[in-house]
Amino acid sequence: MSFEESERLETVPPSGIRRYFELAEEQDDIISLGVGEPDFAPPWAARDAAIESLERGKTSYTPNRGLRELREEIVAHVHDRYDLDYDADEEVLVTAGASEAVDLAFRAFHDPGDTVAVVQPSYLSYVPAARLAGADVVDVQTRREDEFKLTREVLEASGAAEADTLVLCYPNNPTGATMTREELEPVAEFVREHDLRVFADEIYAALSYEHDHTSIATLPGMRERTVVFNGFSKAYAMTGLRLGYALAPPEAIESMNRIHQYTMLSAPTTAQHAAIEALRNCEDDVAEMREQYDRRRNFVLSRFEEMGIDCFPASGAFYVFPECPWDDSEAFAEALIEEQGVAVVPGGVFGNGGESHLRVTYATGLDDLKEALARIEQFID
Amino acid sequence: MSSREKILPLLRENARYSTEDLARQTGLDVEEVEATIHELESDGVVHGYRAIVDRNQIEPERVRASVELNVTLDRETGYDDIAQRLAKFPEVEGLRLVSGDYDFAMDVEGDSMREVSNFISEQVAPVPEITQTVTHYIMETYKEGGVEFEDGDDDDRLSVSP
Ligand SMILES: Cc1ncc(COP(=O)(O)O)c(C=O)c1O
Repeated sequence: MSFEESERLETVPPSGIRRYFELAEEQDDIISLGVGEPDFAPPWAARDAAIESLERGKTSYTPNRGLRELREEIVAHVHDRYDLDYDADEEVLVTAGASEAVDLAFRAFHDPGDTVAVVQPSYLSYVPAARLAGADVVDVQTRREDEFKLTREVLEASGAAEADTLVLCYPNNPTGATMTREELEPVAEFVREHDLRVFADEIYAALSYEHDHTSIATLPGMRERTVVFNGFSKAYAMTGLRLGYALAPPEAIESMNRIHQYTMLSAPTTAQHAAIEALRNCEDDVAEMREQYDRRRNFVLSRFEEMGIDCFPASGAFYVFPECPWDDSEAFAEALIEEQGVAVVPGGVFGNGGESHLRVTYATGLDDLKEALARIEQFID
Repeated sequence: MSSREKILPLLRENARYSTEDLARQTGLDVEEVEATIHELESDGVVHGYRAIVDRNQIEPERVRASVELNVTLDRETGYDDIAQRLAKFPEVEGLRLVSGDYDFAMDVEGDSMREVSNFISEQVAPVPEITQTVTHYIMETYKEGGVEFEDGDDDDRLSVSP
């Protein structure tokens, strides 16, 4: 007997971020613009709710799909904010982070040989999750000249028409791109024509700075073919509490729940209590955080402009995706950590098409941002 | 949002942001930022700029007290008259008319408790309209001017993450 990896696992390479993580760990005095998580703490009200639930010993498993009270709050929230209509009993699944929802969706709906079209550059987990589900992946390469928005042209060129599922994430990690309703329309049209299923990761929906977020599931004929992922990590700065959710038609939620009930049983109970409070009473905290991110975004974009580095005006999430001043973004990121103690992530780890870019996070205080950008400027001079 | 509404919260957060930084954060031009600040100053919206200091770290440590004052008014004397008289004392750092159990809340600063006590008993208490003073010495400041005084906020997030 040996621990030989399964063939499926072999299709999943180690995370491209690990190396930079290790390099960054070796340095003292490092300023990291490589962190994909808020630098704020969760709103106090949410933390209090978590504490209170613990004090009262509310730590048993919840229903598989999540506390009914939370599902109702989620339904009301997405209705008010994003005009999405879902049923709390049948169309919501509360998960351990959006990450779990992503994994469930890939496993629930794919057989070996199925094809998943992933909009690139993309968040790191989609491709491994697709492969672990046995599916093949085709890249849908968005381009700088389209501001990393998904276009019909790009979809057609990528061969996504043959795929079973299209995975998209707007506002996007790592590019910070967002898409308006008008821009989503041709995508929806393509999806309907070719009868694709859509996974829409909308975890950054609350962090849209230029216009209100539009969910692709609100476009005609899309609700019945879309699984929406969202969660509490980004908007409410609740990363470590591990809470997310999926919204989809009843039969899809039923299938995802069949895996969830055996693997996770239910999402963390303490976090569910925090989340109820977050949705009920923490919108002001979210607005305050968003305002700060927006100011930092303006700051970072204008600093790159001053440095003469091309960076399209990212309008969501907390990332910007400037062009790398060197041809080799990996070498650049490595040298920047070693020589200036500033960590950024080379764009190539987010899939094809990212290589010539860098992902820079502004989920970092303004003083640190200022210093880090000054160091970057010095470095490229 | 007007340029005032954009600039003012930032100045309140950190008056030492350079005009360039303010411009970068708000998306305004440097000239607009300068003009707005000038306007805020000349309109008397912004009265001044000062550092938020953790007094515990100053040698020798300064003493601060927050003093409750009760007053009686007569036909000739109103709150404003008493306030003007008190505000002239250089020891008085802050002065507000408040609702509730007492009339004025006054912040006083001095080099020692004795100095502060003497000031209250010799200069403030004798003011004829003042009927009562209650002095609270400040033991510890956790937050001031919107800024929390903590021992640094360690960032234990992963330094690179997805
Ligand atoms: C696009 C995207 N989806 C999902 C996640 C993971 O979210 P959660 O913490 O809810 O699992 C992240 C985290 O970086 C992300 O960027």
